[in-house]
Amino acid sequence: MSNSRDKILSALRQHSVPDAALPELPGAGGITYVDRVAQFESILTSVGGQFIRVADRRQILPQLQNLPAFSDAKKICSLIAEVPSLGCEIDNVADPHDLEDVDFAVLEGKLAVAENAAIWVTDEDLRHRVLYFIAQHIALVVNRSTLVDNMHQAYEKLPLLKRGFGAFVSGPSKTADIEQSLVIGAHGARSLTVFMVND
Amino acid sequence: MVATGHPVRAEKFVADLPRAHWHDQSLWFIRTKRDRAAHSLPEWETLREQAAAIKANTVAHLADYLEEFERNAKALGAHIHWASDAAEHNQIVLSILQQHGVTRVCKSKSMLTEECHLNPFLERHQIEVIDTDLGERIVQLANEPPSHIVLPCIHVKKEEIGELFHKHLGTDKGASDPKYLAEAARNHLRAKFLASEAGITGVNFAIAETGGFVVCTNEGNADLGASLPKLHIACMGIEKLLPRQADLGVFLRLLARSATGQPITAYSSHFQGPMPGGELHIVLVDNGRSNIVGSDDFRRSLNCIRCGACMNTCPVYRRTGGHSYEATVPGPIGSILAPSRDAKKHATLPFACSLCGSCTDVCPVKIDLHQQLLTWRREIAVQKYLPWSKRMAMKLARIVLGHVWIYRLAGKVGRFLLPKLPRMLVYNRFNPWGKQRDLPPMPKRSFRELYRDRQRSEKSVR
Repeated sequence: MSNSRDKILSALRQHSVPDAALPELPGAGGITYVDRVAQFESILTSVGGQFIRVADRRQILPQLQNLPAFSDAKKICSLIAEVPSLGCEIDNVADPHDLEDVDFAVLEGKLAVAENAAIWVTDEDLRHRVLYFIAQHIALVVNRSTLVDNMHQAYEKLPLLKRGFGAFVSGPSKTADIEQSLVIGAHGARSLTVFMVND
Repeated sequence: MVATGHPVRAEKFVADLPRAHWHDQSLWFIRTKRDRAAHSLPEWETLREQAAAIKANTVAHLADYLEEFERNAKALGAHIHWASDAAEHNQIVLSILQQHGVTRVCKSKSMLTEECHLNPFLERHQIEVIDTDLGERIVQLANEPPSHIVLPCIHVKKEEIGELFHKHLGTDKGASDPKYLAEAARNHLRAKFLASEAGITGVNFAIAETGGFVVCTNEGNADLGASLPKLHIACMGIEKLLPRQADLGVFLRLLARSATGQPITAYSSHFQGPMPGGELHIVLVDNGRSNIVGSDDFRRSLNCIRCGACMNTCPVYRRTGGHSYEATVPGPIGSILAPSRDAKKHATLPFACSLCGSCTDVCPVKIDLHQQLLTWRREIAVQKYLPWSKRMAMKLARIVLGHVWIYRLAGKVGRFLLPKLPRMLVYNRFNPWGKQRDLPPMPKRSFRELYRDRQRSEKSVR
C-alpha cells in the first residue's frame, strides 16, 4: 500500500503543471444584508425550519411547550440550562444506539449565517454527535450576536478546526428523491426550531 | 452500418415520448431553481472565478497537498490508505471490514464507490451494503445504477417506487404518495442504521490544512451512518482536496446552489478525525486521475465537484436519460471523464452533445466542458474509434469539400436528382439524419449561380 502511495505521488510529480496562485479570500465576494435577522428567518422558513426570536433564554421553555412535538415528547435531551431533560442524561449514555428513541433534542448553536440559515454545531460539549441526527425533532439555540452575513465570514470566525466534529445545519432533514416532491424528515430531524436569543 | 453506444440506448429512451418529455421537464425545473439561486448572489461570477483558481492551484500542487492532508489527518487520529485503482480500493475497504468482523454496512452517496463497483464486490464477500440515500436505495432495490449523480432515481416514477416498496418494504399496494413512501423508507433505513457495524461515506471536500473532510447531505444519512457504529470508512478521489479551510466558504456557497438551487444542503458535516472511541479510515484513490493531471486538454475536468448542474441543463441528457450514457457519471462531465478511462468503450459519448455550451455556462468551477467534448471528438477520430460509417462520411466530405469541381458537380446532381428519387432511396438506414426530419426542398439553382446572374444583370443596368 505504501507502494501505491509512492506510485501516485511520483505520477503526480512527473507532470509539469502550470502554477496558479490561490486567491485571497473572501476577496470581492460576500453578500451583506441590511437586516440579517430578517434574511435568516426568511431562508430558514423557506428550507422548512421554524424561527422564534426570544429576549432571553428563560423564554425558550414556555415557547417549546407550545410545540406539540415537545409537549408530547417522552424523551427529551437538552444541553440548554434553562430547558430540563426528560428521561435522558446524555453524559450517562454509553452507547449512541441508546439515543434512538429521543423525541426531542435542545442543543446549542455556536454561529448562525444569514445567507443560508446555516447554524454551526459541534460535539465539543456533546458526548454523542449522533444526537443532532437521530432525535425526531431538534431545537437549536443561538445568540443573536453570532449571526454573520455569509459563509466567508463564518469561516473567518471559526478557529482552524482541531480534532472533533462540526456541522452547518440548515433546516430539518429532507429529501426530494421521489419525483422532486419535497418531504421533510428523511432520516434525521423531522423539524428544526431555531431560537435566536438577544444578547 | 452498425450503430452502437449512446445513440442506440437513447433511441430506446425516446421511444416513450411522454416519459422522455416528463424527464426533460423534471430536470429543467431544477435548472430554473439553480438559476434563481445563482442570481440571488451578486458575487456569483466572482465565486466561480475563485473556485476555478483554487482548483487550478490544488491540481498544480496535488502531491504536496496530499502529503499535507495525510500528515494532518494522521495527527487527528485517522488511518490513511492509498489505492492506485478500483481493485485496490475495494480490497482495502474489504480488509478493513474483515479485520473488524463486519458483515453489515450502511453507505451514503459516493460516486467514487460507484466508479469502483464496491457494492457488488463486498456482496460477493458476504457483506451486506445498504445504500442509505433515499434515491440510491430506490435504485439499489430496483437493481439499477443511478441515472444522475445528485438525483439517482430522477428517471423513476412514484408509482414504480410504490411498486418497488410494496415488494421490498411491504408498503400498501398501489401507494404512490411521496410522503408515505419516504416515511416507509425512513423506518426501514433506521433499522438498518441501528444494525450496521460500519459506515462508509464519500467525501465532498478534504482539507489539506486541517486533515479533516466535509460531507454534504440533505437527508442526514451520512451522519447517521458514520456516527452510530465505531468504524467509519471515507472513500475519496485524490482530486477532492482543497488547500485551506477558508476555501470551503467558496465551495459550500456554490455546491448546493448549483446542484438543486438550495442555499446550502441541510447538513454540511466536518469530520476531523475519528469520533471518541471510534476508528476512521480514509482511502485516497487515483484510478486514472493522475493521468488526467498530465493532460493540458483535460486537466480542468478534475475541478468537478459533482453538482450535476451540467446534466440538468444539457439538452441531450435531459432528453435521453442518464442510463443512455452507460457510465458512472453521465451527462457532459461524464462524457469527458468516461473516455479518459476507456476511450473505445465510451467513444460515442463526446458526440452526445450539440456543442451548445450551456454546461460550460452553468459549471460552478468553470470547466470548459463543451471545448473538452470537442477535443475528445478529435481524440477519438485520431485513435480510430469512430464507426466505419462516420469515418467514410468524413473521408467523402474531405474529398467533396476539398475540390471545387466535385463540390459543384455534387450540388448539381443533388439538386437535379434528389426531388426525382423515390422516398425510400433517400430516407433509409444510410441516412440517419433523415430519421425524424425531411430534407429541405431542393432549390432550382445554387447560391453561386444566383449570385453570378445578379452580378451580370447589375452590370448590364449600368
